[in-house]
Amino acid sequence: MIFTILLIAFPLGWTIYLSFTDSFGSVRAPFDFVGFDNYVTALTDTSRFWPAVLRTLIFTVGALAFELVAGMAIALLLWRPFKGQAWVRVVVLLPFVATPVAIAMMWRLIFDPNIGFANQVLGWIGIPPQPWFSSPETTLPSLIFVDVWEFTPMIAIVLLAGLTALSDEPDEAARIDGANAWQRFWLVTLPLMRPVVLVAIMLRAIDALKTFDLLYTVKGQGGGSFHEAETLNIYAYTLSFQYNSFGLASAVLILFFLMVLLSMWLLTLRRKERTK
Amino acid sequence: MRIAAVATATLLTAGMVSACSSGGGGDKAESTTLNVTLANHVWTDSLKKRIPDFEKETGLKVVVNQLSEDQLADSYKVKLNAGSADVDVMMYRPLQVGKLFAASHYFVDLTKHVSDDATWNWSDFQPGPVSITTYQDKVVGVPIVTENEILYYRKDLLQKAGLSVPTTMDELQAAAKKIKEQNPGVAGFVSRTQASAGVTQFSGFLYSFGGDWMDADGTSTVGTDAAKKAYAYYGGLLRDYGPAQVNTDMSWPEAMALFQQGKAAFETDASSLYDNLANPEKSKVSDQVGYAAFPAGPAGSKPYNVAAWALGINSASKNQDNAWKFIKWATSPEMTLALQEEGNSGARTSVWENPAATAKFPAELVKAIAENGKNGIGYDRPLVLSVAQAREIVGAPFVAAITGGDSNAAADKANTEFQSLLDSEKK
Repeated sequence: MIFTILLIAFPLGWTIYLSFTDSFGSVRAPFDFVGFDNYVTALTDTSRFWPAVLRTLIFTVGALAFELVAGMAIALLLWRPFKGQAWVRVVVLLPFVATPVAIAMMWRLIFDPNIGFANQVLGWIGIPPQPWFSSPETTLPSLIFVDVWEFTPMIAIVLLAGLTALSDEPDEAARIDGANAWQRFWLVTLPLMRPVVLVAIMLRAIDALKTFDLLYTVKGQGGGSFHEAETLNIYAYTLSFQYNSFGLASAVLILFFLMVLLSMWLLTLRRKERTK
Repeated sequence: MRIAAVATATLLTAGMVSACSSGGGGDKAESTTLNVTLANHVWTDSLKKRIPDFEKETGLKVVVNQLSEDQLADSYKVKLNAGSADVDVMMYRPLQVGKLFAASHYFVDLTKHVSDDATWNWSDFQPGPVSITTYQDKVVGVPIVTENEILYYRKDLLQKAGLSVPTTMDELQAAAKKIKEQNPGVAGFVSRTQASAGVTQFSGFLYSFGGDWMDADGTSTVGTDAAKKAYAYYGGLLRDYGPAQVNTDMSWPEAMALFQQGKAAFETDASSLYDNLANPEKSKVSDQVGYAAFPAGPAGSKPYNVAAWALGINSASKNQDNAWKFIKWATSPEMTLALQEEGNSGARTSVWENPAATAKFPAELVKAIAENGKNGIGYDRPLVLSVAQAREIVGAPFVAAITGGDSNAAADKANTEFQSLLDSEKK
């Protein structure tokens, strides 16, 4: 209990407390209470805050959608035994076991617009060089690509565990009734897998929402020259560690916290309705 | 409840701004263990080898905590904010955090310490760097590494184009153009392009075009005609004669990588980084690198000439006397000479006057540094409390110019934003 209070309640309470102050420079420096000013500043800020909210959503939803589809495909592939399956499993899992910062550094080198490997490969097949991480338009899609590359294996593992736990009987019954592979997947396997898929979505969504290492390693403070990769997390980090605006940063984090709570609540609400 | 717990954990890991509870601080008064926090830097590598000598001499045990630049800044902000005593000696960037840290009372006042010992000789330190480690007439740090902005060039490419080393902005532009046209795949000019990281390298151009960040009254001057010309020139140089793929994310490692790979003819960056280009293990073109003083603009040649790093003492340290012993040892005339002989530009005048100190530097580089020293400006970014925020604002116009946008309009916008930042700090 004391552990919970110390590690969760105190930092949360302190962050809420700071969010109502104009703390700047150092939290040891004197500061004043400013009521909801920081919240008003954040919620009316259309140049940094709201674009960051939008990018956080695009990144999370975009990455999650691709990861679910690809993860399901890989799980289905690995479900039934086949020759060389052990090797395939190892290769598929590799990106997931590497350190995120190392992965980000690696992709930064690969995607370097002038001396990177990606553009060399494109050159061999006659496609002009792409800006990848260096243009405001292509940065977010490229980052989503790296996230998908890294975390699809995690979704695949969770889904594979679910598939392996399924009973074979419904599938066999459908087969006897003459259902083809797609029909069996869509009408039998997928509905049975729904709880597992929801768990996978929850786990990955929380993780994707708070992505920091990949974005910061690739684009640095502020998410690049045009803030093109600035999600709420990066924005809050920039506000606190670069701008030293602890009050405003705390308010942004509390708003972020409320958004996470809200989305989790919506997800579970949906799940409860379905189980009814 | 479970969701609440998960979400709480999310918030905590997401970036706890404030949960910087005291990190230890169990030092007893004047402990014999000295905690020294240093940045990853060639100076650190040179000094670390010698720390056993200091330990033998004093009987103290030195624990070195070494971090990258960004990690170092974050670690200080967390630890010093919390009043932690587990940092005694701190290596810091005076231009970036000096004012903020001094205003937050994170530093011990060293004024008495520095003037106490005539043989250690504080007056030997160059005035520019000293002005940056002094806050409200109190000395808060001792400068250790200095640097200024020089022009790196490729001797072979210049020779092939039949050109001499550019001494003015116009010549630099013409040479970059000619070399890029002559050598497909080679950029005429590279430098930092990222809005924040590029500010320091843009500063030399700004000053040489007659501009500055603000005037003596603290009014923003990034919207003046001189500043607009500098923004357009720097951005245009990179847009027209830079690498084939315009990239607005380049800090020094990315820009230097192009030069190292033989894909650039000119680069302007800090003199302290020369080893990255001159060392055959790092650079494919090490035998062709030339060094020149910063080219002159309409207002002359005005590169920055600054103290990049300094040593200070944490005001919460319980080991301040020993910390000072360490700083005195690390910045003594003998040590500065020894470190400079290994290629670290120090801040002591006497050492720069000693031929032994510069024997290992390329002769042309020493000449360029000396030339820059004559006209150098003592800061390379706006000296405000919120330096990081200011850098993003004043860097935006050259990013606009690099990407072909309207840099004049961007300069006007930056001027308004920078002015409101300056006003907010006056309160």
